[in-house]
Amino acid sequence: MFRVSVHITPKEGILDPQGATVERSLPALGFRGVTSVRVGRFITLEVEGEEEGAVREEVESMCRQLLANPTIEDYSYDLEEVTPTVTGTEAGGDAE
Amino acid sequence: MSGTGGVRFGIVVFPGSNCEYDALHALSTFPEAEPFYLWHKDHDLADADCIILPGGFSYGDYLRPGAIARFSPIMREVSDFARNGGIVLGICNGFQVLTEAHLLRGALLQNNSLRFVCHAQHLRVERTDTPFTEHYQKGQVIQIPVNHNDGNWTVGPGEMRDVEDEGLVVFRYCDEDGNVVPEANPNGATDNVAGIVNSQGNVLGMMPHPERVSEGSLGGVDGRSIFSSLVGRLRAGVKSDG
Repeated sequence: MFRVSVHITPKEGILDPQGATVERSLPALGFRGVTSVRVGRFITLEVEGEEEGAVREEVESMCRQLLANPTIEDYSYDLEEVTPTVTGTEAGGDAE
Repeated sequence: MSGTGGVRFGIVVFPGSNCEYDALHALSTFPEAEPFYLWHKDHDLADADCIILPGGFSYGDYLRPGAIARFSPIMREVSDFARNGGIVLGICNGFQVLTEAHLLRGALLQNNSLRFVCHAQHLRVERTDTPFTEHYQKGQVIQIPVNHNDGNWTVGPGEMRDVEDEGLVVFRYCDEDGNVVPEANPNGATDNVAGIVNSQGNVLGMMPHPERVSEGSLGGVDGRSIFSSLVGRLRAGVKSDG
């Protein structure tokens, strides 16, 4: 089992209306010298699997097909091996 | 509705669609049209001559507008239909679904104002050689309402030139005199793009809502020509097939 963190950010060269608004707001609070604000999305998931390479490949595919829109977004991800969080006799009972 | 032999318009209903009835009603004012609903879980387009993806908030706009609807079972058939030259119109959320499904170029970002926009909007008709716009004049200025949070159409860096070279832009936001200026752009869309077609010209996505200005009692008829163009084109097609 791997805990995966996926970072999605607006692609370089694509306008980021939220980032621009946050950037314009910061000086009003007294924060100076802040540039390049980009607002993205952070997704965590747990993926079953033993072998990191295979899981990585699967996550890459998830990002490309659904989690990010490669037309407008860049993505990156980190994997951390963990012991499954769901244990005990009820495990899997209601899982889809 | 006219019974058998009319032009069949399949209107796809996703969970969270909310303009399907408006589209059905607009089409039902044409005696030659036979509009009907298709549920997103269907696997059959029921002999539709044209597919309409209506406005709304399919799947609550989760992740990105249109991102989940794109994987609805019926979208496989809709994609095949489009790739075989079938006529597909995506309105507002339908446009977002079509870009997510890669049937149209680009993507729709959040409005640059970060505000939901909802007002009557002037558009300039850039192309009249599509099945959707034959009943307009080139350069005609029309007024159709916009009603969206994520209508800021954009393409990847460097791709805009391809879009312009291929002449994919069908509608642009403009002022009442037809000037395509930044002040007339409600959402920050690249080059004021309000609607585009694919290279083959059989798939149109547009943010404004033509179904809401399709008869006089609604306060405007500028959107009606899209539906009359489709009925006219498809009626001719139906006849020649028969």
